[in-house]
Amino acid sequence: MTVSRTGPLPTTAYDLTVVGAGVVGCALARELVRRAPGARIALLDAADDVGEGTSKANTAILHTGFDAVPGSLEARLVHEGSRQLAQYAAESGIPVEPVGALLVAWDAAQRAALPGLAAKAERNGHRATRIIEPDELVATEPHLGPGARGALDVPGESIICPWTTTLAHATQAVRAGVDLHLNSRVTAVTWDGCGHHVATAGRGTLDTRWLVNAAGLHADTVDRLLGHDTLTVTPRRGQLIVYDKFARDLVRHILLPVPTALGKGVLVAPTVYGNVLLGPTAEDLDDKRATHTTADALDRLRAAGRRILPPLVDEEVTAVYAGLRTVTDQDDYRIDARPDQHYVTVGGIRSTGLTACMGIAAYVADLLADSGCTDLGRARDLPPVTMPNLGEAFPRPYQDPELIARDPEFGTIVCHCERVTRGEIRDALATTIPPASLEGLRRRTRARAGRCQGFSCGAAVRELFGRGNGGRA
Amino acid sequence: MTPAVRRVDVLVVGSGPAGLAAATRLATAGLDVEVLERDQQAGGVPRHCRHGGFGTPWHPLNGPGYASRAVRAAENAGAAVRTGVTALGWADATTPALDTVGAHGHERIAARAVLLATGARERSRAARLIPGTRPAGILTTGELQQSVHLFGQYVGARAVVVGTGRIGHAAVGTLRRAGVAVAALVTDRPAAPRDLDARLRLGIPVLTRTTPAEILGSPRATGLRVRRADGRTAVLPCDTVVLTGDLAPDHDLARRGALLLDPGTRAPATDGASRTSRSGVYAIGNLAHVTWTARMAAAEGRRVGAVVLRDLGAD
Ligand SMILES: Cc1cc2nc3c(=O)[nH]c(=O)nc-3n(C[C@H](O)[C@H](O)[C@H](O)COP(=O)(O)OP(=O)(O)OC[C@H]3O[C@@H](n4cnc5c(N)ncnc54)[C@H](O)[C@@H]3O)c2cc1C
Ligand SMILES: Cc1cc2nc3c(=O)[nH]c(=O)nc-3n(C[C@H](O)[C@H](O)[C@H](O)COP(=O)(O)OP(=O)(O)OC[C@H]3O[C@@H](n4cnc5c(N)ncnc54)[C@H](O)[C@@H]3O)c2cc1C
Repeated sequence: MTVSRTGPLPTTAYDLTVVGAGVVGCALARELVRRAPGARIALLDAADDVGEGTSKANTAILHTGFDAVPGSLEARLVHEGSRQLAQYAAESGIPVEPVGALLVAWDAAQRAALPGLAAKAERNGHRATRIIEPDELVATEPHLGPGARGALDVPGESIICPWTTTLAHATQAVRAGVDLHLNSRVTAVTWDGCGHHVATAGRGTLDTRWLVNAAGLHADTVDRLLGHDTLTVTPRRGQLIVYDKFARDLVRHILLPVPTALGKGVLVAPTVYGNVLLGPTAEDLDDKRATHTTADALDRLRAAGRRILPPLVDEEVTAVYAGLRTVTDQDDYRIDARPDQHYVTVGGIRSTGLTACMGIAAYVADLLADSGCTDLGRARDLPPVTMPNLGEAFPRPYQDPELIARDPEFGTIVCHCERVTRGEIRDALATTIPPASLEGLRRRTRARAGRCQGFSCGAAVRELFGRGNGGRA
Repeated sequence: MTPAVRRVDVLVVGSGPAGLAAATRLATAGLDVEVLERDQQAGGVPRHCRHGGFGTPWHPLNGPGYASRAVRAAENAGAAVRTGVTALGWADATTPALDTVGAHGHERIAARAVLLATGARERSRAARLIPGTRPAGILTTGELQQSVHLFGQYVGARAVVVGTGRIGHAAVGTLRRAGVAVAALVTDRPAAPRDLDARLRLGIPVLTRTTPAEILGSPRATGLRVRRADGRTAVLPCDTVVLTGDLAPDHDLARRGALLLDPGTRAPATDGASRTSRSGVYAIGNLAHVTWTARMAAAEGRRVGAVVLRDLGAD
């Protein structure tokens, strides 16, 4: 098993290399090792951990694809991918809660749009939607603000843990033989007619016969390294507010806005960690590093939240973050193969990549095989992974008397707000892909993710992290 | 599986100044008193306040000295102080009984009276809605003091301190002790006498009527943008921002127990004698009063002792 963060990259050539260890790249690496057990496969990322890009900062919804553009590649891969991911999640311990969604109409125009949305859902293969009247709406969501005109009920929309999803795929891929090289930003690629020389910032070069670009926001930059100028990605920022767990009982469904000609509003959604999300904004920017939050966006979100779910904004805010969607000149994914260059671009994954990651992975593997990549054969089953549970709907270690009896470290809570035990932190530091930072530890355990944000436990968690990492903190 | 129930007379949640003072008083009166503390050491917040200001003018004490005296007093009086035990929630909707977990496993403890003394915390950067990047180097005084005094961790090189209350000035002391330069103190208030001392004696600029507007830098903080009352902004270069004061009650158990809250502070509402809306449950110390000093919290702990004795008919 190879996970490297420092030192020169291996000199032995790879058969297949994936650039970008977001949820898409990790799912793809797993799919490739399933289909090409004998091949040498590398997964590279510029960051010091998997899932450090858009994959860590989204709305964490496992979509049904009811509102996709019918007939698009995105519609198809969301449809296929969501089913695959739901099953994979159940097998691997990725928390998912099928809470369902309500598209709430707040005015006559939105109300009038509901039948059209139901028809679109039907064209996307979702026949279970139905329009509910204000009385029923208020009965199921009693804390909703006044003035709702009805809603489209979309069963099947679910919430999921994005961090565990990325990590599960990466872990399984690495255990099956994929080499994961972090801190490896690709800066130049030369194609010599049968393979690529891939240069990185600081870690030397790597040779590979096939190259897949899953660099998310930077897919266009990587494309240009290979001489292609057909893709331009612009970032669309989404800022989100995470409310305290005390807000969780205020809402049962994902409350989606009804999209109209005037744009898309914000949603209110529970998280699998037991919090409530409010957001995202949609701001077209040109800086791909602009993941900071802004005062006026937070004001606007809070104003919207006060209308949708008034008591929500009285609860304390636990976290505020922003993610960047990839926008291109088309309303669809941009997945293109260039067989004579042994190269595939997985670009423009818009705002559904978490849901669709496994559908995208299978599609890209087929595309590689069709392009002449002979390493790929029929998929085999990999040994299953069991990820530590971060979800509130499933038993957490501190709740498990037998586990504590076997190992008292699971009865010793360190992060009190999130009830994370010393046993979980110890185990996270010893996993296949250990965290490289406190933020990485947070995404693996929830430590320091709670309402106190470290007031009570921050120093103690840092101490455990430093000790488990030879003082690196 | 319903866990076996153990019974005590009085169960105190939290071993800060308030909880320990109450336990001391009640154990002295002969009751069977147990204190639960989720941390590995008892004493509450003063445990990591390595500065003075805890004793009396005649008998000055620093925080850890004060905390260990309080723990000893409770134990000498006969109270059982159990560390590493978290009170998770209520056994049912009405009785004063709590479910707990620790290294030994789960236990349900029923009491004739439950005293909630879970304290208050400083609001986080997110709770204060300070926008910007999410770098390392943003912390509250509570985390700062634990980092420096309990673990001797590296904090940073140059800090801005937000808030000039008592806790803000304590943060300045901790930073200086840890060798961190203090670039500025920032407060939305007009200048107070204590601020003059920081300015004159320590040479630290105090920016009054100024609020944090944006955190800059990634992966480590590089600065704090601040806004003056007149709307002008300025960037204070720093790798550390300490957010002080702005306390919120740690009311997790109170809310899990559906206790009535004070609409302003969101602390459990009490009747003036520390009784909450739930029979047999009391709220004391900074859980109820949020901003009190340790001495005031401890005084209330002693006072509630008499109330509980009366309510239990044990006086
Ligand atoms: C606000 C918001 C809400 C969203 N909500 C949802 C949702 O509810 N459900 C859903 O399904 N999807 C959602 N999405 C979309 C989803 O998050 C993305 O589609 C998905 O994370 C994309 O994954 P990725 O692997 O393509 O990209 P990323 O996660 O961005 O991964 C790309 C990786 O490539 C690396 N990289 C880039 N350049 C280089 C280089 N030169 N060399 C090496 N590595 C490089 C980066 O470091 C990064 O790790 C949302 C997105 C946003 C922004
Ligand atoms: C950074 C900072 C500096 C301060 N400096 C000073 C000073 O110099 N002088 C001064 O007089 N005052 C100071 N104060 C105020 C002082 O700390 C408080 O007045 C005092 O600690 C309040 O006591 P308490 O018993 O109410 O709560 P705390 O001291 O906060 O104790 C609460 C205890 O309850 C425990 N607990 C919480 N929930 C649970 C649970 N579910 N199960 C088990 N245990 C639980 C906590 O771990 C904690 O130990 C400072 C406060 C802060 C935040």
